[in-house]
Amino acid sequence: MQTTPQLQCQHLNKRFGSNLVVDDLSFSLFPGECLGLIGPNGAGKTTTFRMCLGLTTPDNGSVTIFGEDMPKQALSIKSRLGVVSQFDSLDPDFSCAENLLVYGRYFGMKRADIDARIPSLLEFAALSHKANAKPGELSGGMKRRLSLARALVNDPQLLLLDEPTTGLDPQARHLMWERLQQLLQQGKSILLTTHFMDETERLCDRLLVVDHGRKIAEGKPRDLIAEHLEPDVVEVYGGDTQALAHGPLRAQAQRVEVSGDTVFFYTQTAQSLLQALTAYPGVRSLHRPANLEDLFLKLTGRQIREEG
Amino acid sequence: MRLRFWPVFLRNFLVWRKLIIPSLIANIAEPLMWLVAFGYGMGALVGEVTLGEQQVPYIVFLASGSICMSAMNAATFEALYSAFSRMHVQKTWDGIMNAPVHLDDVLLAEMLWAAFKAVFTVSAILCVMLGLGIVQSWKVLLAWPILLGVGITFSCLALIFNALAKGYDFFTYYFTLFLTPMMFLSGVFFPLDSLPDAVRWVAMVLPLTQAVALVRPLFMDQWPTDVLLHLGVLTAYAVVAWLIALHLTRKRFRQ
Repeated sequence: MQTTPQLQCQHLNKRFGSNLVVDDLSFSLFPGECLGLIGPNGAGKTTTFRMCLGLTTPDNGSVTIFGEDMPKQALSIKSRLGVVSQFDSLDPDFSCAENLLVYGRYFGMKRADIDARIPSLLEFAALSHKANAKPGELSGGMKRRLSLARALVNDPQLLLLDEPTTGLDPQARHLMWERLQQLLQQGKSILLTTHFMDETERLCDRLLVVDHGRKIAEGKPRDLIAEHLEPDVVEVYGGDTQALAHGPLRAQAQRVEVSGDTVFFYTQTAQSLLQALTAYPGVRSLHRPANLEDLFLKLTGRQIREEG
Repeated sequence: MRLRFWPVFLRNFLVWRKLIIPSLIANIAEPLMWLVAFGYGMGALVGEVTLGEQQVPYIVFLASGSICMSAMNAATFEALYSAFSRMHVQKTWDGIMNAPVHLDDVLLAEMLWAAFKAVFTVSAILCVMLGLGIVQSWKVLLAWPILLGVGITFSCLALIFNALAKGYDFFTYYFTLFLTPMMFLSGVFFPLDSLPDAVRWVAMVLPLTQAVALVRPLFMDQWPTDVLLHLGVLTAYAVVAWLIALHLTRKRFRQ
């Protein structure tokens, strides 16, 4: 690419005890771009995020943001950065408006300048009617939006968001996505960690799939799916999974996976498979295009991650 | 130059302003109850206390000691329970550090804030003491900067334990093993002369003892002796405690 990256991580390494949490991770984020960092729990996403903020020092490698070195020039970088971390750290004793005022002061902003921004920030967060309410009176979605508004108080060029929609209901999540899209349209860049595939599909220009601290795939969502997966998926439930997976249907699919009571057929041509399925009257099936979730599960496996 | 700790200090001040009534009661009413109950109640039994060559009314003796204790307690509570709530429970510090503010700035703000609360508390108690006529000397005005120093010293000490704490329960150790013995060994309630020699030597090096040695004469309309020595010991405690607290807090946040 021609432009210089706004954020660049090079060969990051981080070890906690004998556990290598981040293993030679490199990536760049370019102006105006939304880059998604995805991976299962314990993949090293949050540690990477913390290294980008200078809160954790990498054992090796470097983080450069706006051409400046993190953590050496952390204060200069953070004055132009907006951060929403995984857990809300709103001040419970202050109203929404006061939360924004107090936070703006940490950036050295004058009270008059912050006061001038508060109405538009509250409006952006769809919280104008809650200006005098305290965080304890807000729903989960409202709190996340207030956290986002707070991160925008200094009008940052780059936003770092750690799982911004975890724990939100669908309505609140959609409103958050809408707001993030608005920010991207205004030309801001976003680094996003998440484990929701539909979130990355909607928002991200590029994806970085990490597991066990290593980069296992990188690219545009559609390209990644085309590169790693067959276009169609047929999920089959309610039969003898082993018989289905190893029976005559197997020949109709490029790849077959069994998970619990479900058999996943990944195929180039779903029609013949669906045709063949009519011979199994007891089973139910779902035909759908392959998505990022399939990619994620293919790359990182189906087993549950306990740690993280 | 921008003072980065200042907005953090101001944040604590703004929260406190909202909760000023319960805060006043906790910080002022309780020490005053001690003073009235012990000063007048015990004072009637004890009458006067002999300090060297001098006789001092017990209420004056107690008032001068207990104001130092109030400074200690106010700073300690703020730098333990309240700072821990902001650091660990509410994650306020994490939020602040996403803005251009260092952990060191946050810790400095917390330290000065706890010292400010100590000064606020003792100022209010001093006003009541003046109103009750317990203190009459204008020299008590000089106790004020000394008590600020006491607040700073004890907030630095408390921040060490704040940095080490896993939960609120941990602070019980600090109170039981450190603050409560100090309260009895620093000449707040009775003169140190009555203690056995070995205990007295321990008592002499405690930070609260220095504070009482500086403040008590001012309440008696006299000048303290060995001022530089006492101030020096108090300052040494503050500086060493601050450096340890800073080191341990950085370590806590560097995972």
